[in-house]
Amino acid sequence: MFKYLKQLTSLVAMVAVLFTFTTETMAAKKSKTLKNTQKKGFVRCGVSQGLPGFSNADAAGNWTGIDVDVCRAVAAAVLGDASKVKFTPLSAKERFTALTSGEIDILSRNTTWTLSRDADIGLTFVGVNFYDGQGFMVRKSSGITSTDQFKNGISACTNIGTTTELNMRDFFNSRGISYEPVAFEKADEVVAAYDAGRCDTYTTDKSGLAAQRTKMSNPDEHIVLPETISKEPLGPVVRQGDSVWEDIVRWSLNTMIEAEEYGITSSNADMMKTSDNPAIKRLVGAEGEMGAAFGLDNDWNYRIITQVGNYGESYKRNIADTGILPDRGPNELWTKGGILYVPPAR
Amino acid sequence: MKLKKILPQAITLLVVILIFGFFTMNAQLNMENRGIDFGYGFLSQESSFDVQFSLIEYSGSDSYARAYLVGLLNTLLVSILGIILCTILGVIVGIARLSPNYLIRTTAAWYVEFFRNIPLLLQIFFWYYAALRALPLPQDAEAIFGASYLTIKGFYTPSLIWENLDIFIYSVVAAIIAIIFVRIQAKKLRENVGKHLPVLNISIAILFVLPLLTFLFGGVNVGYETPELKQLAKTSFKFEGGLSIPPELLSLVIALSLYTATFVAECVRAGIQGVGKGQREAASSIGLNRKQVLNLIIMPQALRIIIPPTTNQYLNLTKNSSLAAAIAYPDLVLVFAGTALMQTGKAIEIVSITMLTYLTLSLSISFFMNWYNAKIAIVEK
Repeated sequence: MFKYLKQLTSLVAMVAVLFTFTTETMAAKKSKTLKNTQKKGFVRCGVSQGLPGFSNADAAGNWTGIDVDVCRAVAAAVLGDASKVKFTPLSAKERFTALTSGEIDILSRNTTWTLSRDADIGLTFVGVNFYDGQGFMVRKSSGITSTDQFKNGISACTNIGTTTELNMRDFFNSRGISYEPVAFEKADEVVAAYDAGRCDTYTTDKSGLAAQRTKMSNPDEHIVLPETISKEPLGPVVRQGDSVWEDIVRWSLNTMIEAEEYGITSSNADMMKTSDNPAIKRLVGAEGEMGAAFGLDNDWNYRIITQVGNYGESYKRNIADTGILPDRGPNELWTKGGILYVPPAR
Repeated sequence: MKLKKILPQAITLLVVILIFGFFTMNAQLNMENRGIDFGYGFLSQESSFDVQFSLIEYSGSDSYARAYLVGLLNTLLVSILGIILCTILGVIVGIARLSPNYLIRTTAAWYVEFFRNIPLLLQIFFWYYAALRALPLPQDAEAIFGASYLTIKGFYTPSLIWENLDIFIYSVVAAIIAIIFVRIQAKKLRENVGKHLPVLNISIAILFVLPLLTFLFGGVNVGYETPELKQLAKTSFKFEGGLSIPPELLSLVIALSLYTATFVAECVRAGIQGVGKGQREAASSIGLNRKQVLNLIIMPQALRIIIPPTTNQYLNLTKNSSLAAAIAYPDLVLVFAGTALMQTGKAIEIVSITMLTYLTLSLSISFFMNWYNAKIAIVEK
């Protein structure tokens, strides 16, 4: 009896092994990250420690934001379920180490794409999901309405480990203004110190300023100055050395943006399957073999659109409707006067 | 027999080397895969970030090596200030805990129990944020002693402006050397002839008279500069001129010394109580007064017990100063292991330098305290 049982189990095991080998595609074999993600059953995503609109957790621990949606899109594409994401909140200082050491697989944390980060430290930026620029916030009562009114000796609160520190120096130096930089490790600490009156101005990405303003004890007492002192293209980052995973994340983001361009939304994606336009059909998995190259099935992009929505839906839900930045500005599609432009999915 | 002794040690050593080798290889391989270079060349590159508070001249056009020095000096500053303050406070509270006065004794006990049982980070946050919110804005600040101001942006106090400062410093050094000489002579005199010199009075006299002479004849002059209120915008002010101490440094030093002083106080108490009761009684019986008993009999013996555990507290304070990063005080961890690490991405290099630095700092303190302990140890005759 036991003898047969033993044989039976080994047979089952052999079949199982064979089965996994055959279902495992070439791409999955090439991409260690994809294989690990599918084995674990969740996408490991690094996010901020709380930036409304981008990545922010509510009291129940549910994460929302446009950065969060990028990770959800990847989860929908590779695992079939947008909720299968494990979020790791990271400080600006920790984020790159967490990614390069393999603690997370995607860093989607309002991170600026710069040459040195892309080239030096083992990272690859896959795209831009928010075009931003650094600005300044001041108290309304100070009467300052432009950075031209800044005077010698101004104290500026900011985060360490960001491009902000460098831009701030360039800005003040080029104008010959002496300043006192007060740099904290966490965004909440910066806000608390500025709010208490430690600094005359708070500087970071404008989207961040708009989002953090909602956390102040009295948001109406503060204004964001109109000047933008730097280019801050924010986007998701992956580890260098896994080009298939890099492609999956890049095209998950591109799918969301292109879906908006073609008017495909989470609610009409089903109808779009029978569209006359081949470009639309490709985006909902009804034509072509768009997933095969990544080792995914054909419905990967359809799942992104139905489960997460297109970029416009994500923006509206997270940033416009929450009152952070109702005006899309440069983050409008290129067809509508913005600079959001992605390569075609074909 | 010999082999039996050596073999386990050799195997242990081999295992340690293998483990180290494995981790080094692993790190190298992973870094190579991700295209990360290893090297310390970045130290000479331009740092291009500014630091809020520095003891030496520094700007973003200086190198990362100089940024490291800025961070290190800031760490040293906070550690030294903390060690001095926690020692003074700790000794006072330690002695107060043994006071015959009920009120003093109980207050000291409450202080120790309260401050040592709250996590240090929480105390740092308290002193920073609570104090920040309680302090006035520069324009609302009341003058302390006419010319100092404690505001949310820092503590401002008049600074001295020296002429020929170097001559003054030389005179102070000369005075100290003279005092040491006098003390040695006085000791010889006491041991050989049995004559007591008023050493303390002579020392104080030298310390005042010598530097004073430089004012009269050496061309040394001192003026002062008071902080002046300056308007930056309609409701935004700051003080300029004089000496300014940022609130980050103030709250960090306060938090560190209040916390560590509780442990030092316990060491002091343990040391004093560790001296046999008979010693005290014997000293009293030969006619020494209370002060003499404490200074000549109790303290010399108590110090032997006090020094080793207090050394640990000094080491803790130095290492705890790295919590500075939480409140934006630009110490070694914030400037070098924080900003510099982020800008260069050289995690292994920077973390290893930082670790080595703290190790060196701790070993130096340890070395000094061991030397001091050996010096005051009772020499059996």
